[in-house]
Amino acid sequence: MSFTMQHRAEPPHIVSYATFIKVWIALVVLTGLLVGLSLTHRPNLALLGLLVITPTKASLVFFYFMHLKYESAALKYMVAAAIGVLIIFIGLTFSDYLFR
Amino acid sequence: MSVSAQPLVAEHGGEHRDYGGAKLGMWIFVFTELILFGGLFVAYGMYRAMHAHEFHKASGELNLTLGVINTVVLLTSSLSMVLSIVAIRLQRKRQSMIFLACTMLLGAVFLVNKFFEWKAKFHHGLYPGSEHLMARPPGERLFFGLYFGMTGLHGLHVTIGVVVMSVMMVFLARDRIRHDDFIKLENTGLYWHLVDVIWIFLLPLFYLAA
Repeated sequence: MSFTMQHRAEPPHIVSYATFIKVWIALVVLTGLLVGLSLTHRPNLALLGLLVITPTKASLVFFYFMHLKYESAALKYMVAAAIGVLIIFIGLTFSDYLFR
Repeated sequence: MSVSAQPLVAEHGGEHRDYGGAKLGMWIFVFTELILFGGLFVAYGMYRAMHAHEFHKASGELNLTLGVINTVVLLTSSLSMVLSIVAIRLQRKRQSMIFLACTMLLGAVFLVNKFFEWKAKFHHGLYPGSEHLMARPPGERLFFGLYFGMTGLHGLHVTIGVVVMSVMMVFLARDRIRHDDFIKLENTGLYWHLVDVIWIFLLPLFYLAA
């Protein structure tokens, strides 16, 4: 991945309407699946929905709707760092609670 | 001038523009929002761990149908938002304005649903500090406190988003946002999608916790 001025200067290429419509369909289907899993009243399946389906939906929004997929590597690393910090916050707080 | 040849910082007829810098600034703002809501999610997680049963019971009182409808409304508004950006880049100004209007309308639908949802809760005596709520177990009080606090803060973000979009609509109409200068609309989109991402997490935590 190039870090040159010219590369960063370019607005990312135009993504087609169809791509975004497909992502939207995937998001709606995943929402249906999430609700379906929670209605089974089995805590393990509902937890799976929360820990797998929800982050998947958020990633689809980040990568496609927020164009992250088409951005420079530098911006991708920045987003990863921000989310990493958030995960450290959550992890440390929970470890404090669990091992108190 | 072709779009691909646009330099990072450029003068356009005396007008200073910095596409990369403008976008980076918006992303940094998005990070601060992630940490803001992240803190609230941590608070939710801790209290839920301490009061699992009461959170489970209180969550069952929320209107799941309205929660799911609002999720689909916000996801669809995110779609119309990106389509508005694609349209202006393809020099389809009218289409871009129609998509942006759809996004604003869906944002308003979300808020109207939220209004009726909260109204029903208030009707049942459930609002922060109410006698009915204060008489309930601590876990349920915490659940409803977090519910009103987090969905309220999210609703405030939706309201701000709709206001910002109405300004973008004027910019589009006056050609201040064009196919070769669309960063204002793109940054509005980044904000709107962030609001969508936050709701994506609020749905399972509040409405599906039962």
